[in-house]
Amino acid sequence: MSKGEIVSGCIAPHPPHLVYAANPPQNEPRSSGAGAWQALHDGYQKLQKSLDSKDFDVLIVHTPHWKTRVGHHLLGVPQFSGLSVDPIFPNLFRFNFDLEVDVELAEKICSAAQQRGLEMHMMRNPDFRVDYGTITSCHLAHPQWDKQIVCISSGSTHSDYSNESGELEMLALGEATREAVEKSGKRAVLLASTSLSHRHFTSEPADPEDPEHEYIYNSNQSAWDEHVLGLIRDGKCQQILDEMPDFIEQSISECKEGALTWLLGALGVPDYPAKVYGYGTVIGTGNAVVEWRGPKQ
Amino acid sequence: MSVVLGFVAPSRPQLLLAAERNDGWQRLHDSFADARQQLADSGAELLLIYSTQWHSIIGHQMQADSNPRWSKVDDDFHDLGTINYDLKIDTDFADSYCEAAQKRGLAARTVNYHGFPVDTGSLVVAQLLNPDNRIPIGIVSCNVYADRGETLVLGKAARDAIEASGKKVAVAASTSLSNRMYTKAIDPQNDKIYSQKDDEWNRKLLELLEEGRLEDVSQLARQFATEAHGEQRMKAMWWLAAVMGETNNYNGKLFGYEAVYGTGQALLSLCPQHSSSQLFEYDEDSSETYQGDRDILSK
Repeated sequence: MSKGEIVSGCIAPHPPHLVYAANPPQNEPRSSGAGAWQALHDGYQKLQKSLDSKDFDVLIVHTPHWKTRVGHHLLGVPQFSGLSVDPIFPNLFRFNFDLEVDVELAEKICSAAQQRGLEMHMMRNPDFRVDYGTITSCHLAHPQWDKQIVCISSGSTHSDYSNESGELEMLALGEATREAVEKSGKRAVLLASTSLSHRHFTSEPADPEDPEHEYIYNSNQSAWDEHVLGLIRDGKCQQILDEMPDFIEQSISECKEGALTWLLGALGVPDYPAKVYGYGTVIGTGNAVVEWRGPKQ
Repeated sequence: MSVVLGFVAPSRPQLLLAAERNDGWQRLHDSFADARQQLADSGAELLLIYSTQWHSIIGHQMQADSNPRWSKVDDDFHDLGTINYDLKIDTDFADSYCEAAQKRGLAARTVNYHGFPVDTGSLVVAQLLNPDNRIPIGIVSCNVYADRGETLVLGKAARDAIEASGKKVAVAASTSLSNRMYTKAIDPQNDKIYSQKDDEWNRKLLELLEEGRLEDVSQLARQFATEAHGEQRMKAMWWLAAVMGETNNYNGKLFGYEAVYGTGQALLSLCPQHSSSQLFEYDEDSSETYQGDRDILSK
């Protein structure tokens, strides 16, 4: 068996608004097409095109919307289908999904992370409802749904202990993910399903897609987002990690759920620039679609 | 009519799916029998649940599907099994509560969608306190950004809707007390409150509640949340205090207090009484309306 590899690592944010705006047949609500999130839509189109040009077997997604406190969990059932209704934006996201899980790879990641001392669990209950973050990021990055997925929950070490403790765990989980991929012989695309700054407005306009009501929550949030995107463009990922606890605290960043640090850990903390395909806000939060080629060599 | 009974109620799936695995879980599960009897004796025609595990961002959401039917698997404790549910919702009350909240300036909406995921905390209370849908229920979400002022207004709006309904209503706050949880798998037999400090804070809170001092607990919620990792900053106590009238005039009855995976879980009732033996003070304002946040810091 040849050595597996990570062929791409992406920031793939999961606002259900972006699926809603695209009006795919799987989603029940229909959007107005008013275009509030066009920059992110365009960014995802570029990411889709890039991934379509790559040969890969599996999407591995780390999702903030499957929150676990007893360690990190992975889906361990081969197939899920059904209706996913977003509990926060049910008016926008009621998505009929049908997905296959690469349980063998999930088990390898689970094992590799356990060997690094992390608390890990496989989720074997077939009635489990896959979270909307996973579905959204997978659909937006690769809407064909022709690849198996691996889904990793968001452990709560940042919240239960400290940002610093959480960061160490997520780096270790990323390294375990890379090791498992390499041992599996599979070609994997990694999706960090996360926003950057993450303060929402708590009211919604009559047309949720009305561009007039879509802007960053405040200038502090956009300043942090621009700073982090600058580091991404400059290939300064170690600096991102160094500043991550401050970024999390000062911009209420969703990176507190660990997805970006997991991704950077899996990629070996890249020292080369990533492609930023798009940046935009969704109900006040900052979101970027980003791709790194595989791990640092 | 108004609120005839209030509950502080536990929220963890172990109580519904695996009580037999730990003596304390079983005791707390069994204590619901007395609470169910008190609920029946109260003559309540509706049970309104505020759940700290139903998170919302766009204001406040009221369940308005007359018959939510689905299955729920807990994010952490999926190995315990599946909670199948078939609930009876008072949709007229949901509409009325939503309108009352909007009149007080809150962003609020009803949700009525097939397949909408009802949260574990709501289901634990609904199925243990009101099995077989003996009376219809209402469920309201917990906005993750709402602080004390907004949550008090949400509670007052519930009181508006209850008074307008003409019904006898019981209310329940589904919440943990201390919310530090074991982050590694444990043998259920070894379960205990995560720390002695958490246990002491829980017992102090319950002592006040047993004396009927709900408003005092509401005033202490911030400190408790800081000291004992109260679930969702203990905003359930703000809501409960507001919907029940912001006084200390209750008869408190503790049915059970136990550890579930390190967290503090209690079942306790508060029955309104007319005379007050306690003096108390308001340390903070109690807002009547909410002004919103969209244009405060933006642009």
